[in-house]
Amino acid sequence: MSPETAILAALAVPLAGALLIGLTGRVNANLRETCTLLTAATLIYCVWQLLPLIFAGERPGVQLLDVLPGISIAFEVEPLGMLFAAMASGLWLINSIYSIGYMRGNREKNQTRFYVMFAVSLAAVMGIAFAGNLFTLFLFYEMLTLSTYPLVSHKGDAATVRSARTYLGILISASIGLLLPAIIWTYSVAGTGDFTVGGILRGHIEGPQIGLLLGLFVFGAAKAAVMPVHRWLPAAMVAPTPVSALLHAVAVVKAGVFTIVKIIVYVFGVDFLFAAPSSDWLFFAAAFTIIAASLVALKQQNLKRLLAYSTIAQLSYVVMASAILKPLAEVGAAMHMLAHSFGKITLFFAAGAIYTASKKTELGQLRGIGRRMPITMIAFTIGALSMIGVPPTAGFVSKWYILAGAFQADNYLALATIIISTALNAAYFLPIIYLAWFEKDNTPPGQEHGEAPFAVLLALAITAALTIGLFVYSAPVYELESQLVRGQP
Amino acid sequence: MTAPELHLPVLQVVVPMLIAPLIVLLRPQGLAWAATTAASLLSFAIAIQLTTGVLGGHTYQYALGGWEAPFGIALEVNSLSALLLLVLTGASTAALLAGKASLDRQIEAHRQPLFFSAWLLALAGLAGILVAADAFNIFVFMEISSLASYVLVAGGPDRRALPAVFKYLIMGTIGATFYLIGVGLIYMMTGTLSLADMEIRIHEVAEQRPILVAAGFITVGLALKAAVFPLHVWLPNAYTYAPHAVTVFLAACATKVSLFVLLKFDFVVFQHNLLGHDVQFAAFLMPLAVLAILVGSAVAMFESNVKRLFAYSSVAQIGYILLGASMVSYLGLSGGLLHIFNHALSKGTLFLAVMCLSMQYANLQLEHLAGAARRMPWTMAALVVGGLSLIGVPGTAGFVSKWYLLTAALEQGALGMFLIAVIVLGSLMAVVYIWRIIEAAWFTAPAEAPPGAQQMRTEAPTLMLVVTWLAALSNIWFGLVTHVPRELATTAAANLLRHLP
Repeated sequence: MSPETAILAALAVPLAGALLIGLTGRVNANLRETCTLLTAATLIYCVWQLLPLIFAGERPGVQLLDVLPGISIAFEVEPLGMLFAAMASGLWLINSIYSIGYMRGNREKNQTRFYVMFAVSLAAVMGIAFAGNLFTLFLFYEMLTLSTYPLVSHKGDAATVRSARTYLGILISASIGLLLPAIIWTYSVAGTGDFTVGGILRGHIEGPQIGLLLGLFVFGAAKAAVMPVHRWLPAAMVAPTPVSALLHAVAVVKAGVFTIVKIIVYVFGVDFLFAAPSSDWLFFAAAFTIIAASLVALKQQNLKRLLAYSTIAQLSYVVMASAILKPLAEVGAAMHMLAHSFGKITLFFAAGAIYTASKKTELGQLRGIGRRMPITMIAFTIGALSMIGVPPTAGFVSKWYILAGAFQADNYLALATIIISTALNAAYFLPIIYLAWFEKDNTPPGQEHGEAPFAVLLALAITAALTIGLFVYSAPVYELESQLVRGQP
Repeated sequence: MTAPELHLPVLQVVVPMLIAPLIVLLRPQGLAWAATTAASLLSFAIAIQLTTGVLGGHTYQYALGGWEAPFGIALEVNSLSALLLLVLTGASTAALLAGKASLDRQIEAHRQPLFFSAWLLALAGLAGILVAADAFNIFVFMEISSLASYVLVAGGPDRRALPAVFKYLIMGTIGATFYLIGVGLIYMMTGTLSLADMEIRIHEVAEQRPILVAAGFITVGLALKAAVFPLHVWLPNAYTYAPHAVTVFLAACATKVSLFVLLKFDFVVFQHNLLGHDVQFAAFLMPLAVLAILVGSAVAMFESNVKRLFAYSSVAQIGYILLGASMVSYLGLSGGLLHIFNHALSKGTLFLAVMCLSMQYANLQLEHLAGAARRMPWTMAALVVGGLSLIGVPGTAGFVSKWYLLTAALEQGALGMFLIAVIVLGSLMAVVYIWRIIEAAWFTAPAEAPPGAQQMRTEAPTLMLVVTWLAALSNIWFGLVTHVPRELATTAAANLLRHLP
């Protein structure tokens, strides 16, 4: 398969899969699940064969069609997008295994619609990852918002619909009201929106306008949940847990931070932005979000909401890292995208496993649960340690690079932010671990339970292993992402 | 070019016009509808054929009965008329195909043959305006189409349509009379009715007062028929109380055909003859366009009847078309013309979706539509697609024309910044009024449903839904594959501006 075919196949496979899933869903549930798994596996095959090319420094691309003179639908694979696509496609397979266990274990309704929309969302994610210009990115960004709406409102009761409204309202209005004007602005001053190494805005825009444009981009990409456009993420927690796990810890939120990093690196250019004082605010906004979201997380009693606020904080790590505007910090941003994904998807898997096995959702109910569900809670512990950044987990590696970048820029405020937030992360995750392992079990009699279904356990064991694996062996990721900043002409 | 193809311009008018009287004879239930739809489909096919020819670089000239221009009736189809013919016949066909169930409900069986006959006359009249090459035939066809569309608007069961149509009739007649006065003055000074001859002969008498007066009368008269703000007052009620299928048909094309004549006169006949006419044209129409966008959108934001809401949105959208034209530049005019096509797509989709809604909801007030998306998820999804296109989200047709308008505004310097602000503000207001519908349909619990009960799914008839979705998908198609409308619009814009430096 030529690289061009592989790129287009990465978009077409999930869509074709969605069609197949929809058709087989009427016939037989097992057949439908087979389709999901096969589609996910095929997607991995398509996406991952691009990896060696990118390592070798190639940038395969396809131009699909010209919409307007100068505006086209085009794809180009570069290190950051490659990492995002490889991560999302790989985790989709694991998440599909988990979904099967979860959806059946909880006897959810409308399962066919669930799997169909999931596949469509993945197609949108691939489009975002491989987008070669701002216009293409925006198209798939909106497609992702719309295709995840039915997943968020899956349950369909009044409370869910209210939350889904917040979800859609914030994401759509931010993207149309802020992101779109920013894109149009960029096209009109630079004459192009193609992602170019070193940026396209140099010499076209200056002074406070740089900060304003950056603001439109950052808050327009509300999927990155930089405060104050973060409210949709806790609201989205009404979705079934596999959705929270893959979309609201990995695909959707990462699409937001991915967009921001990509715009900083390929539209503004790191050096250009570093020299522009009006862009400094981004660093402070991200740092504020990290601290504030961690403080809010401290007070949460619902496990999934706690994880949501933790996600908001962790996303801003990525934004802050990229806002440090130094090569190592950009690598750290990419690394943290991956590390947080492995850790957070494990945590969500564990939360879903607990819900499936026992219907428990609140922190207070988790006393002594480690003895009933040892595998789940071991995985949860690994994920939580990764969030705090304790070795031997992936979170340690990415924080290391971010800190190294902060030292490159002599940015001690970043250092302080990371130290404070690490303490806060520990303050809200360690009590849970303590409760689970060392408190006495308080499950009411008659509601005894064991582990979740096998498919669920398998999935969370794999992602927990990945979290440790990335600590042991992060060299390839570093090699790939250092091209991001090294490849400047 | 083969012999039958040469006759296409006249067939565009003759086919619906000759079938119209025959329709009256088709008494059995459903037959009149079938024949009308077939005639409309045939017209659509002719329009497509003409468009292919025009895209191939051909301009159709046709002399009726072999009588050459000064003596006989001349017809002409260029890229501008082809663009509008596509919109016109496409809208009519979609409205008829989708509208069978709705029309059966709204029009009593024994009046249907007459109603459909009027429909075809309106189609023939509007097509005639688009192909006619002289000022008087434009007037004749204008009258045919106007009279027929009064019948169409008043044809429904809603008695409130009668005062609405009376207003429409009075204002439409004033508009047509103004136009006729203007044409009469020009005829007095030049002795010709052919647009091509006027273009040349006006030059000699250009600065004389009757010509200036004529230009004023014609512009105002046509602006009235095109519902240019503040002459739009007939439009909202006429659209609201007309039968739903008629709204689909007329909203997509009726006012645009008058705009077509306006552009043809102002750009081809007056622009290069009257000194400073382009400046006057811009100074007169640009403020009106800006006001139309702002006021129309603002009223739509507070309107609670879905049809009235979209009618006011139409007033605003006509403003965009006019704004593009009033910039008197290649990009601006291209954007305006493109918006004719793209707005027809989006508004057509929206009114089709409203027609689907009307099959289940007799009352189209927003508060009655609470939870409509649960009963009719497909209909409401199509409405969302049409709404996105109306807002101008990338990936939909609406984006393409707004992009042209924005780039055109950028050329205008300081004034351009103001125009950009207007376009952006108008689009944001569109977000608000589309969101109000989405809010009601998707996020509000239906009032009468017992708590906890699962709502029944009761979608519109399949054919109606299929056509609505085809329209919705064409919004996306023409948002991505923009070649054909863009080619037509830019060629037409270049053609209209050919005399300006």
